[in-house]
Amino acid sequence: MSFYSIISKYKNYNFTEFCASITPEKVTAILERDTLTEKDYLALLSDAAAPFLEQMAQKADRITRRHFGSVIFIFTPLYISNYCDNSCAYCSFGRQQTIRRRHLSFDEIRAEALRISAGGIRHVLVLTGEARAKATPAYCEGALRILRDYFSSIAIEIYPLTEGEYHDLIGCGADGLTIYQETYEEDRYGMLHSGGPKQDYGFRLEAPERACRQGIRSVTVGALLGLSDPVRDAFSAGLHAAYLQRTFPEVEVSVAFPRLRPLVADFKQEYPVSDRRLAQTIAALRLFLPTAGITLSTRETANFRNAALPLGVTRMSAGVSTAVGGHTSPEATPQFEIADTRTVDEVKDDLLRLGFQPVMHDWNGKYVRNQD
Amino acid sequence: MDELIIAGIKVRSRLITGSGKYRDDRIIKDILEAAGCDIITVALRRVDFDRPQENMLKNIPPGKIILPNTSGARNAGEAVRLARLAKAMGCGNWIKIEVINDQKYLLPDNLETIKATETLAKEGFVVLPYMVPDLAAARRMADAGAAAVMPLGAPIGSNRGLKTLELIEILVEEMNVPVIVDAGIGRPSHAAAAMEIGVDAILLNTAIATADDPVAMARAFRLAVEAGRAAYCAGLGPTSKTARPSSPLTGFLDGSSGG
Repeated sequence: MSFYSIISKYKNYNFTEFCASITPEKVTAILERDTLTEKDYLALLSDAAAPFLEQMAQKADRITRRHFGSVIFIFTPLYISNYCDNSCAYCSFGRQQTIRRRHLSFDEIRAEALRISAGGIRHVLVLTGEARAKATPAYCEGALRILRDYFSSIAIEIYPLTEGEYHDLIGCGADGLTIYQETYEEDRYGMLHSGGPKQDYGFRLEAPERACRQGIRSVTVGALLGLSDPVRDAFSAGLHAAYLQRTFPEVEVSVAFPRLRPLVADFKQEYPVSDRRLAQTIAALRLFLPTAGITLSTRETANFRNAALPLGVTRMSAGVSTAVGGHTSPEATPQFEIADTRTVDEVKDDLLRLGFQPVMHDWNGKYVRNQD
Repeated sequence: MDELIIAGIKVRSRLITGSGKYRDDRIIKDILEAAGCDIITVALRRVDFDRPQENMLKNIPPGKIILPNTSGARNAGEAVRLARLAKAMGCGNWIKIEVINDQKYLLPDNLETIKATETLAKEGFVVLPYMVPDLAAARRMADAGAAAVMPLGAPIGSNRGLKTLELIEILVEEMNVPVIVDAGIGRPSHAAAAMEIGVDAILLNTAIATADDPVAMARAFRLAVEAGRAAYCAGLGPTSKTARPSSPLTGFLDGSSGG
């Protein structure tokens, strides 16, 4: 059964009514349990759970340290092409935006890889826009063949692919897949993605399943909070991760809750997400899924990221440029403004000071893959 | 003389620790000293062989046996490649095989572990397989050349103790290679209990790494393992729910009242 059939059951569900039915007594009872149901998770996302945030945070911290230890995995994104056929209402890389487009040559990708790896980064996340004719699957394969000599693990955050294409990219060295559904609310999704291949909600939703069936080692799913009702989107992302964990037990599943950031596009934000709401969301997810990774984006400020670490965070990016070629040419246009501009070394120092070990290296993909 | 011998090597300490989950790797030296360990296991996935200066192996004092583990491997092939990489990079020829296909419980895959054991033992590795305590699988691993077997007490990092006690007792009874309980030991009392039933050694990490004072906890585990082993060697008396007089039925033959 695909995740589409699971999330479809909630299409007409009355989230407001359920959340209004949650009492402080119910929240207290949920916080005493070791294993949470999906409705328990939804209850912890509700306003009724907000006064319990401190208790949720303390429990989330204990659970996370027991399973993961006091460590944070570090990676950096590498944008290689920002041509895009989509017109997402909120994105500055969309086709309707008049930005300078860049598409790195393989030599330029190698130069970026050299620069990034020289800074101590060993895990990289490769990103492109959705322009199949420009950043073709074959181009992505070529990029991976270069990058695998420089990094011990490589994840991709590109447009959704067919199962066969995932198979080929995994064969070229992709260990991980990150793909956010943006919003899980199908009607809202349709409104926000009115042009380009991204209109196909189901094809994007089921991308992680296709990659898992082809043997990817890790997947990260999530919602871009701020596009729609954040309770509903956080709940749906949690269900998505739970579904992937249950269906593909060998795959490491992570969740991220990026928040919408200021961008080039003129997008009216109807669902602002406060720091407190984001903190509650992260802690609730940790209590629901004790063994899932949680990624915290550089969209957040250094102060918020430092303070949010004990809520259950296990992975963060560092030394980030969201511009194509931004590590070697500083004038490139960024996809969104990052709020945390610390260097890799500054992030590492802060983590140690806060009682977390920065882990730069967590897989020997370079040596283990494709050697038989 | 009560000695632990693994693959012909005399091991003084029956406590083995890990190197992960610490807030700061620089504490590892102090942990090893407090725990009195001869053997430390290191996750190869965390070792950056391309950057010796960043390599966490530098935090391990000389004279210790490094037991690299294949954490992250999802099948025998990946475990074998990791083991060969470790050997080629100078980590010695000991290897703890971890093949895990379940990210939630981190329970090992015995079948793939047996396959990896066969391959690596033939190549001359000292193979210590992490396993679900199953007698048939343990025998196959030993037949394939495993130098010891490492059954779990409870899932990794769970601190739940010896949940598989009865199965481990069977391994202790039947196996001709050392039995090392690996994973699940959360308290010194769990470690002592395992040693009392005749387990040869304990491997644990989370309980020390996540303690408020990891160095003090390492010391506590050393004492617990020593106490448990001493009790096993001393021969434990039988247990009973009620008080037992010394000779209730036959005491009258000695002219006593029978207690």
